[in-house]
Amino acid sequence: MQDFVQLWVYLSATPLFGLTATIVTYVLAQTLYLRVGQAPWANPVLWTVLVLAVLLTLSGTPYPRYFSGAQFIHFLLGPAVVALAWPLWQRRVELRRRAGAIVLASLAGGAAASASAVAIGWALGLPETLLRSLAPKSVTAPVAMGIAEQIGGIPALAAVFAVLTGLVGAISGKYLFDAIGGLSMPARGFALGTASHGIGAARALQVNPDAGAYAGLALGVQVILAALLMPLVARWF
Amino acid sequence: MAFLSGLAWLLLCQTAGELLARLWQLPLPGPVVGMLLLLLALRWPLVRTPVGVVADALLAHLSLLFVPVGVGVMTHLGLLSQYGLRMLVAIVLSTWIGLAVTALVLRWLLRRASPAEPTP
Repeated sequence: MQDFVQLWVYLSATPLFGLTATIVTYVLAQTLYLRVGQAPWANPVLWTVLVLAVLLTLSGTPYPRYFSGAQFIHFLLGPAVVALAWPLWQRRVELRRRAGAIVLASLAGGAAASASAVAIGWALGLPETLLRSLAPKSVTAPVAMGIAEQIGGIPALAAVFAVLTGLVGAISGKYLFDAIGGLSMPARGFALGTASHGIGAARALQVNPDAGAYAGLALGVQVILAALLMPLVARWF
Repeated sequence: MAFLSGLAWLLLCQTAGELLARLWQLPLPGPVVGMLLLLLALRWPLVRTPVGVVADALLAHLSLLFVPVGVGVMTHLGLLSQYGLRMLVAIVLSTWIGLAVTALVLRWLLRRASPAEPTP
């Protein structure tokens, strides 16, 4: 028993622990997700985050120690944002032909998501730093952190809000779209990429290639528009 | 080898993006500038072929990359217990509003652009 405790103390102190725990849990969650026919409630990010948070809390492992390993995965968010140029390039003909509609829809949806988040939060009496962290929640996490920092929010909190927003879209988007009715796969994918960024886009990619392509497109457009406009708009408040 | 050189191009674009964003004090985050640079560079097959391999692999597992940040929720349990429900309401409702507005605006604009197309 003594040996086991010592072994655990050693293992949990090395970066290997956070990295292994993240990937193994995600692989298991992804397997379950595929097993149940990609049902929205089985979202692999949701379950991986929940299982890891409970594991860390129960074992008394502080978040920074976990992150020392998980940062290798976290780091890839930067290159992944750069890689968004690829779906944009693949759809460049369509993008040019429908540029007006795409930019307008992205602006309208992004503004509606951000403004309604701040307005609802304000009406419910949330403090200002929380509101400023809520504003960029529909933008992919690494960019949301940068925007939150510029407009006076808390970057770490903005990232968490962004992940939650992505999960809400990925889990409930299908039901919302079905309720509205008459939405094509491109429109569904584009909405997921705009309002719930990478996690919504990942869901779209798994379900339908058309939806996935438009989600990737939306993600790229949204990142550029939000990063350019949000700090400007925030100056008025 | 394609995978490695693709990764090298992504990292080069990100580094150049970070440098330009700092140097010119651009309002855009470094990776976003890197994405725009890569968009320009993709016209060359030397860049395009390897980047396509890595980008497809990276974007296929995009949701994994959000896990470390997501687990960070546990460090904000204090704020969450105080404002959790209200924050959740704001996040859920605004996400639905954003999804509906985007989908409806895009559908309306695309229909206006090509009215001959049969509506699904």
